Amino acid sequence: MTKLLEVRNLAKAFGGIQAVDNVSFELEAGQLLAMIGPNGAGKSTCFNLINGQLYPDRGGITILGQRTNGRKPRDVWKLGVGRTFQITCTFSSMTVLENVQMALLSYHKQTRSLFRKVRRLYVNESMELLELVGIAAQSRRACGVLAYGDLKRVELAVALANRPKLLLMDEPTAGMGPAERSQLMELTSAIVRTRKIGVLFTEHDMDVVFTHADRIIVLNRGELVAQGTPSQVRANVKVQEIYLGTGKTPGTAFPTS
Amino acid sequence: MKATRMRLALLMAAVLVLSGNTAAVRAADTIKIGEIMTYSQLTSFTFPYRNGWQLALEEINQAGGVMGQPLEIISRDDTGKPGTAVTIAEELIRKDKVVLLMGSYLSNVGLALTDFAKRNQVLYVAAEPLSDALTWAQGNRYTFRLRPSTYMQAAMLAEEASQLPAQRWATIAPNYAYGKDAVASFKKILQAKRPDVEFMAEQWPALFKINAGAEIQALADAQPEAIYNVTFASDLAKFVREGKLRGFFKGIEVVSLLTGEPEYLDPLKDEAPEGWLVTGYPWYDIKTPAHTKFLEAYRRKFNDYPRTGSIVGYNVLMAVAHLLDKAQSTDTEKMVEALEGLTFDSPVGRITFRQIDHQSTMGAYVGRTALKEGQGVMVDWKYMDGKDFLPSDEDVRKLRPQ
Amino acid sequence: MDRTLGFYIVQFLTGLADASALFLVACGLSLIFGVSRIVNLAHGSFYMVGAYVAYYLIGFFSEGGCAFWAGIVLAAVVVGLIGVGIEVLLLRRLYGAPELFMLFATFGVVLIMQDLSRWLFGAEDLLGPRAPGLAGSVNIRGTLLPQYDLALILIAPLILGVLWLLLNRTRWGILVRAATEDREMSDALGVNQTRLFTSVFFLGSFLAGLGGAIQLPKGGANLLMDLNTIAEAFVVVVVGGMGSIPGAYLAAVIIGELGSFGVLVFPESTLVLMFLVMAVVLVIRPHGLLGQAGAGAHVAFRAAEAVLQPASKKLKLLGLACLVLILVMPVLVGTFQLVLLTEIALFALASMSLYFMMGPGGMVSFGHAAFFGGGAYAAALLVHYLQTPMELAVLLAPLLVGLLALIIGWFCVRLSGVYMAMLTLAFAQICWSIVFQWGEVTGGDDGLLSIWPSQWASDKIVFYYLTMILSIGGILVLRYFIFTPFGYTMRACRDSALRVDSIGINLARHQCLAFAVAGVFAGLAGGLYVFSKGSVFPDEMAIPRSFDFLFMVLLGGVETLFGPIAGAAAFTWLHDQISRTDFWQLILGCIFVLLVVAFPQGIVGSINVRWGRFFANQNH
Repeated sequence: MTKLLEVRNLAKAFGGIQAVDNVSFELEAGQLLAMIGPNGAGKSTCFNLINGQLYPDRGGITILGQRTNGRKPRDVWKLGVGRTFQITCTFSSMTVLENVQMALLSYHKQTRSLFRKVRRLYVNESMELLELVGIAAQSRRACGVLAYGDLKRVELAVALANRPKLLLMDEPTAGMGPAERSQLMELTSAIVRTRKIGVLFTEHDMDVVFTHADRIIVLNRGELVAQGTPSQVRANVKVQEIYLGTGKTPGTAFPTS
Repeated sequence: MKATRMRLALLMAAVLVLSGNTAAVRAADTIKIGEIMTYSQLTSFTFPYRNGWQLALEEINQAGGVMGQPLEIISRDDTGKPGTAVTIAEELIRKDKVVLLMGSYLSNVGLALTDFAKRNQVLYVAAEPLSDALTWAQGNRYTFRLRPSTYMQAAMLAEEASQLPAQRWATIAPNYAYGKDAVASFKKILQAKRPDVEFMAEQWPALFKINAGAEIQALADAQPEAIYNVTFASDLAKFVREGKLRGFFKGIEVVSLLTGEPEYLDPLKDEAPEGWLVTGYPWYDIKTPAHTKFLEAYRRKFNDYPRTGSIVGYNVLMAVAHLLDKAQSTDTEKMVEALEGLTFDSPVGRITFRQIDHQSTMGAYVGRTALKEGQGVMVDWKYMDGKDFLPSDEDVRKLRPQ
Repeated sequence: MDRTLGFYIVQFLTGLADASALFLVACGLSLIFGVSRIVNLAHGSFYMVGAYVAYYLIGFFSEGGCAFWAGIVLAAVVVGLIGVGIEVLLLRRLYGAPELFMLFATFGVVLIMQDLSRWLFGAEDLLGPRAPGLAGSVNIRGTLLPQYDLALILIAPLILGVLWLLLNRTRWGILVRAATEDREMSDALGVNQTRLFTSVFFLGSFLAGLGGAIQLPKGGANLLMDLNTIAEAFVVVVVGGMGSIPGAYLAAVIIGELGSFGVLVFPESTLVLMFLVMAVVLVIRPHGLLGQAGAGAHVAFRAAEAVLQPASKKLKLLGLACLVLILVMPVLVGTFQLVLLTEIALFALASMSLYFMMGPGGMVSFGHAAFFGGGAYAAALLVHYLQTPMELAVLLAPLLVGLLALIIGWFCVRLSGVYMAMLTLAFAQICWSIVFQWGEVTGGDDGLLSIWPSQWASDKIVFYYLTMILSIGGILVLRYFIFTPFGYTMRACRDSALRVDSIGINLARHQCLAFAVAGVFAGLAGGLYVFSKGSVFPDEMAIPRSFDFLFMVLLGGVETLFGPIAGAAAFTWLHDQISRTDFWQLILGCIFVLLVVAFPQGIVGSINVRWGRFFANQNH
């Protein structure tokens, strides 16, 4: 197994607050790694550090064998990293299809082309991606008018456009109904298995986490408190404390698989 | 949807009213003259200018017009932009079928029209623009100018300035072509007459953005004995007031271009500078019969006193009337031939349009400023005829493309 | 040369005094912008009216020391009320609209107030009254300083202090600050926006009026004050940071001292200096000296854009009909109409290139005249100095301007929203100042003359066809670009910087290239324009020309591809029509205001609303 992502002793402070403190973990191909923790645990900061939006104070990030500290998001993307956002982030003046085309244009280094119309470029490839995430039927609709859950799917299609080896998904199912959630996560799992990629995702819904994640890391106040398989994490006393305070039995804290 | 239609209808109506407004009813048999002037800016000069030609128009037409036809002026605002002026010139020539163009205030508008006249072989009688290039570097067969140029007015002042004892001079002029020309000509002529004169400092405030306090300090720092000033209008007012407060003018001679013109002197009221050597227009003091007649007619018609603009506007249309009378034709070539060497009597004296460079010999009044009843006036003035302040014919031929 | 210490002290104090009136106007502007996000171009007009009103009030009260100060304060109140009137009657209707429309409306107000002032106060320059008791000078180590300068030096910090107390110690002030720092937050708090906006508008206008009134003893009142002031006030606001009052003071002092000491070192470059400082500050501190990233950065100049639709069959037929009409025009109309149509075509190309930046690119330029005028000057200089034939000059001009645009773009793309717009304005002003003040090469304001077309194209009809081919061709090419990956990437950059970055696109570089493409086509328009006119002057690069292009785009409608053409045609025609009347600025101003209130989508936008379905694509 190749290591897609290695995070070593990562640290980042904002003012006096240590948002991420000495966090280390790694992710291998074919794995779904969930990052959980209460609000303010440092999940988003961690994400933004890996993605390149933030520059770490200490520590190292290695993606596909390359150290990426301080690289811009667009350079991280070029290594083969796809990203979806907590609050959906699509091009609202474009259709669903065009959003995916846009990502493909970038992947094929065509963004500065002044010759052919976009209407005829990478349509089939885009439609395949849309079919994969299940919104091909809405391909001609403007992203500005789409339902939130559908936007999340568009984001996934866009993130897959550069054939990433690593997917970073910040709350991929936020704002979706329960049925839709498990549908999307099953889809993601399937992609992970067939394409042999790795996924790092954060999630609030513990059902989703414990059903779909291969491994889980738990953050609290910027520190890594536990990591392991779902059952290991479920049994971890520290994790119990964080989520429930003390004195509860493990069985009621997290869903069983 | 109804509201939208209503709005569209309203807009259409507004547009119709506008376009109807402009298609003024015109008499059939008139000689049409295109007049281009900056009426939306610098109105303290351009409105009296309009009064001037309106008075002349009335007099000409009451006397039966020219060649038995009344004159008709089609007057347009160039908004101070040369590009707009050229478009308007095209329209006046091609659509309104005017026989010649006259007017313009700003030098760059004048130059644009000069070039237009040359290219389209249309007669253009420039009224106010002072740029030397108009009749010299850019001069051409189809362009004539009425007012004494920057060079001529600077020469008049330099002539007087050379009589002063001052040796250390400083200059202040707006930072554009007129200011630069005015300083360059003055320096050249004064130093030719007085090799002992030195220019110690110069300030170039942006037009109408003078930084009076700071620039006066900078000038005072050079300890000049005399100042040559080219600023005018609001810049002049600030220069005068700030200079007085900072004791700048004490013991210093000031020679100042255009400052004696009512347009620039009157707004200063009781703060008008005293003892400055200026060019201007002392309308209140000119007692020649021709001027008195003009003054009375102007006052009767407009209930106001004339400014420099008024006399320029009056003279330029009178010049046009005389040239048409002499040419007895509206053919451009014949009109050009008629205007070359045309002489006529104006309220300020006899004026000739020189054959050699198409500059008229209209002069300017040079005198000292004084305060009289809380108002700036010119005293000890004399009329300096333009013909005495032009370079030799030989020099003019060198300046002008042949 | 020996300069005494007194000389430097007085020079410094003079700069400080000059800063006072500037600070008052600028902080009013900054306050209004901070709270309402209105870029109020009419602020200079408030300043001008303040001066006029104070002049007459002081004259009316006649003698006495009280009269002077009472007149000044009363004039400021009057101007404050005028501001409230404009806010209530006009701007309040526009708060939902994109900021650019409000800008447009306030420029309409500028035109209206200009002509009304001329009508009401007369054309003559007025010399301000002297302040009683402060009409003399004080001697500072042998150099005289007017007493009133000392008063001015004190007034500005005094007002700064009062404003600080008002903003930090009153409930109203807290609301104002909340609205400045976080618009959504104050919306959520349920603040009475209407009353807050009106009161801020009163205060802002009051300060502008006060600024105009207190400078009376230093100058007076004239009709050029409005536009002269607004440019400087903007520089101060942007340098200080939009919405920051102390920043405005700091910047006003910097600009004041720059003017004061600048004349000692660079007496001929005072204009360039100010804009150079602004450019340097914006490059180093994109949000001004004391500005916060939040305010102004998010100012969007447009409503949400619709999905791009290719032209339908009916629209194509309509276009074809127009083409045929253009082709047979020389048979139908006279030479002058052809000249006018030539001008319209060139303006349409220039405003299309501006639209290209503004619409799909989301980058508003207040300095597009730099590209248009740059093209005109490039061509003119090539002809004037190298006797380049027209064909080559028209080819080289766009390329040179493209290069210029690339350089300007490189600086500007670091910013967004109003700040970017202001930086484009600064660069355009720098270009203009160079052309204007470097007379030896560019001819200064006397321009370059005799730049006529080659022999074969000198006939008006031939030149008409040449212009039509190149400008319609240019417009169609630009339109085509919008449908290509380049255009899509521009729209992507506009829609979401975050998303663009996360799919590997270099936003700044792409926007920079978009600048260059827009520059090339504006340069082509400018290059041809100079041959159609035969001469070129610095006006083609000046601020009003930039605004002309903005208005053409807005007049046609920002959200429509063919808006710029309709806008250019309507604008040129309108200008030609109303410039025959005396108070044409008043009429034009009223049309602007009416247009913004009644037709926020512009001409083509309104037609779209009415007949959009007719032209819609059947297959969608």
